[in-house]
Amino acid sequence: MAAVRIKDHWREQRLFDQRALIGAVVIGLATLGLIARLFVLQVSRHEYYSDLSQGNRVRTEPIPAARGLILDRSGELIAGSQPAYQLELVPEEVPDIARTLDDLVELGLIRAEDVNELERTIDSSRGFDSVPIRLRMSDEDVARFAVRRFEFPGLDIKTRQTRFYPNGNLAVHALGYVGAISEQDLKHIDRAAYAGTSLIGKLGVESAYEQKLHGTNGYREVLVNAQGRSVERQGAFVPNLKTKAPTPGDDLILAVDLKIQRVAEAALAGHRGAVVALDPNNGDVLALVSLPGFDPTLFGRGITAAEYGALQNDIDRPLFNRALRGTYPPGSTIKPGLALAALTYHTVDPQARKYCAGSFHLPGSSHIFREYHNEKHGYMDLDDAIAHSCDVYFYGLADVLGVDRIASFLAPFGFGALTGIDISGEKPGILPSREWKAKAFSKAADQMWFPGETVNFGIGQGYLSVTPLQLAHYAAIIATRGKIWKPRLVTAYRDQTGKLHAVAPQSQGEIPGVSAEDWARVVHGMIGVTQHGTAAAIGAHAPYTFAGKTGTAQVFTVAQNEKYNASAINERLRDHSWFIAFAPADAPRIAIAVLQENGGAGASAAAPIARKVLDAYLLSPDGKVKPAP
Amino acid sequence: MIYEEVTSGSRTRRTLTGAARVLFALKIDGPLVVGLALIAAYGLVVLYSASGQSMPTVLRTLARIALGTAAMLLLAQVNPNFLRRSTPWLYAAGCLLLLIVAAIGHIGMGAQRWLDLGIFRFQPSELMKLAVPMMCAWYLHERPLPPGAASLVILSGLILVPVALVVVQPDLGTAALIAIAGALVIVLAGLRVRVMLALLGLGAIGAWFGWSFMHDYQRKRVLTFLDPQTDPLGAGYHIIQSQIAIGSGGVFGKGWMNGSQAQLEFLPERSTDFIFAVIGEEFGLLGLLVLLVLYVFVVSRAVYLATQTQDTFARLLAGSIALTFFVYVFINAGMVTGLLPVVGVPLPLVSYGGSSVVTLLAGFGILMALYSRRKLIGS
Repeated sequence: MAAVRIKDHWREQRLFDQRALIGAVVIGLATLGLIARLFVLQVSRHEYYSDLSQGNRVRTEPIPAARGLILDRSGELIAGSQPAYQLELVPEEVPDIARTLDDLVELGLIRAEDVNELERTIDSSRGFDSVPIRLRMSDEDVARFAVRRFEFPGLDIKTRQTRFYPNGNLAVHALGYVGAISEQDLKHIDRAAYAGTSLIGKLGVESAYEQKLHGTNGYREVLVNAQGRSVERQGAFVPNLKTKAPTPGDDLILAVDLKIQRVAEAALAGHRGAVVALDPNNGDVLALVSLPGFDPTLFGRGITAAEYGALQNDIDRPLFNRALRGTYPPGSTIKPGLALAALTYHTVDPQARKYCAGSFHLPGSSHIFREYHNEKHGYMDLDDAIAHSCDVYFYGLADVLGVDRIASFLAPFGFGALTGIDISGEKPGILPSREWKAKAFSKAADQMWFPGETVNFGIGQGYLSVTPLQLAHYAAIIATRGKIWKPRLVTAYRDQTGKLHAVAPQSQGEIPGVSAEDWARVVHGMIGVTQHGTAAAIGAHAPYTFAGKTGTAQVFTVAQNEKYNASAINERLRDHSWFIAFAPADAPRIAIAVLQENGGAGASAAAPIARKVLDAYLLSPDGKVKPAP
Repeated sequence: MIYEEVTSGSRTRRTLTGAARVLFALKIDGPLVVGLALIAAYGLVVLYSASGQSMPTVLRTLARIALGTAAMLLLAQVNPNFLRRSTPWLYAAGCLLLLIVAAIGHIGMGAQRWLDLGIFRFQPSELMKLAVPMMCAWYLHERPLPPGAASLVILSGLILVPVALVVVQPDLGTAALIAIAGALVIVLAGLRVRVMLALLGLGAIGAWFGWSFMHDYQRKRVLTFLDPQTDPLGAGYHIIQSQIAIGSGGVFGKGWMNGSQAQLEFLPERSTDFIFAVIGEEFGLLGLLVLLVLYVFVVSRAVYLATQTQDTFARLLAGSIALTFFVYVFINAGMVTGLLPVVGVPLPLVSYGGSSVVTLLAGFGILMALYSRRKLIGS
């Protein structure tokens, strides 16, 4: 046993006191450490943390700007905003979501097939966020719900602004539509500027003038708690928060005249095709029709997959904008242009009468180019050849002119290029030439230009393809004897103060080198078309003189993978019918191109439609020509 | 037995006032109780704001304080010798209860910290906050100080067994507090500085070892403490938000019930573990300084009382209770201000909930009981 230690109370007391003193010192130091830390947080870095705290408690809520209206040239509403009723559900206030949805199906307010999707949406929402479960309710739906409302806690009818197209399908291919902002859209918009905006222009004017129509969203500062729920008070206090009002979008005034548009759509109704009417003096698009169309409202309220599928798979392709994107051979409507080329290059004597025996062949070739329907026109000068659309005359004319001169002469008319209309999506079509053919084909044998192709060019067949818009543009250029105006849909916009800002029409110069005499000659031939030529029946009894040209475009093929019944095939193999015109012939106020797909000859199908549109534009109700504005 | 004679025959009695006489008879230390009452009152004012102006919360806390005060007054009357003699039984009972809790938790496949006694839930780990320092003081009472190596081994065992049982609950915060309460007894007993340093070294190794036994969420807390920005929406959220609350409060605070961090619930656990940040936000640096002054006053008074007690058991236990109280304050304030990891230690007498208020006041009751057998004349 080593030395046994005995308790020494006096010493232990001193030891304890010593330790207690050390403890007190440690407490003092630790307290000073804490105070130093508090000084850093509350004094040195106070501003930094104040900013963070402010950012925490205040959320900026966007206030969407009202989208601008779209009006026609006389101020009639084409697109506006309308409050729509929608049914919204606050998940945390609904005792049994599945049962509630079932009950709504029974009430006919939602569809059974949408229930699963809705449940997913509700599940992924925050409990206090109002989830729209039925958009655009009719008054009847609203009434039906209102009666049973007490049975549906947590559900309420809310109003919200949606896009409203009072005329339905009318002019939809010019107007476009608005739809939910897609991922694609997000790539080229300023996300911050679109916070709070739910709809964006997708096509046509709605898309091209999106920036003007959209306006500037405002914001409202909202006090939020940690769950993101907006609250009135912060503890016992109501804080001071900022609000900035939104600036509504500008209203657009279109060149389109809805009266003309309606007439054109009614005249083409039941057919596939397009009508484009321009004011030749400034490029204003008076009417832009592509049929069939579709209801733009579908997209604004959220199109269902079934509805979209139906539109996509419709054999008549209602979503296809034929006016801008449909490319067709122009047929004989190209003849006035060729006549101008030949006159300008002096390769034709307009007085010289040539004999049409119903067929043409190139020297040293056995290939026969036939007259349409094997007609024999007999002796024809240039004027007659235009009026009666003599193919044989123009086979020869084109052959002498040659493809190089044709292509370079027609290029300024806008063939093979975009017209530059102020909405997107137009196709350039094809203006064939030696260079074009060398580029377009990969095999050397195909890259060579054959003289026979020039002959076909003479009657607007072969590679040449144009859109209805291009052809209207071409008619407008002839109408003004060579003045080129960029087609435009929007002529002015009105800002939120009501001030009107005119958009100046854009001149693109003139067709170079054509003499006034040659213009007159060709226009005279085109007047002949409507007086004693191919469209004489249509031009009869018109209280104004008008120049026109029929065209018939051959349909060569039908896609092999499409299946439809025999009568449909036959109908779809018929030629496309074209008609271009402008009136009054001496001082044109309107130029028009009409395409009726599979309409047959231009004179029978397209020309009557054009006449109706011209009458509607030029005549007052008493049947007299309106005085020029 | 000699103390009683000394007490009864003291001449100092004549100098006492009427009120002091009552306090003396009740074995209550006036300054300590006043300090505690001020902290509790301040805490209730803050709690009303921090709970989102919930009067029921305040009333429940008031009820707990009343219960704790009753326990304090009751324990203050207990004879220290009786307290000392019953210590091993209390300790053994506590360990047994911890085992039962662990067993129930094991069967229930989840975290288990309390026993449901029907009327109320009882946390054995709360009991151990007092039982462990008592046991250590009991063990050292008859032994020469500073403790020798053999004593240290036994003391370590006495501390680590209940601590391990609490760690597996898992309740790291309480386990740490129990260990600290026990360790403080040993330090106050005169543990040599070089032994302390050696133990700290061992502790570092132990920490590394303990890391491998930690639950993922516990590890995450430690990692997040080291760099809160790594997980701003997860475990780091608490620390970031509490620093924003304190920092944005500035010197004078945003005003009572007007702290946006607290009132809009950005501050998690605003009425419990993070209530310190609410004071910082609404009453600013000044409000926190007032609170710290109150705490330091109470701790100082308690340490002073400890130095006045007569025997080893009383000194060590009273000293441990006093210092542990400060450790609570420091760990909580350190955690909320980002100096220490988030370990879930409430701010004593201010944080809402749990049985910690009762335990704390019971501890002060014991302290006053020990002080009642003080030396009234210099030895």
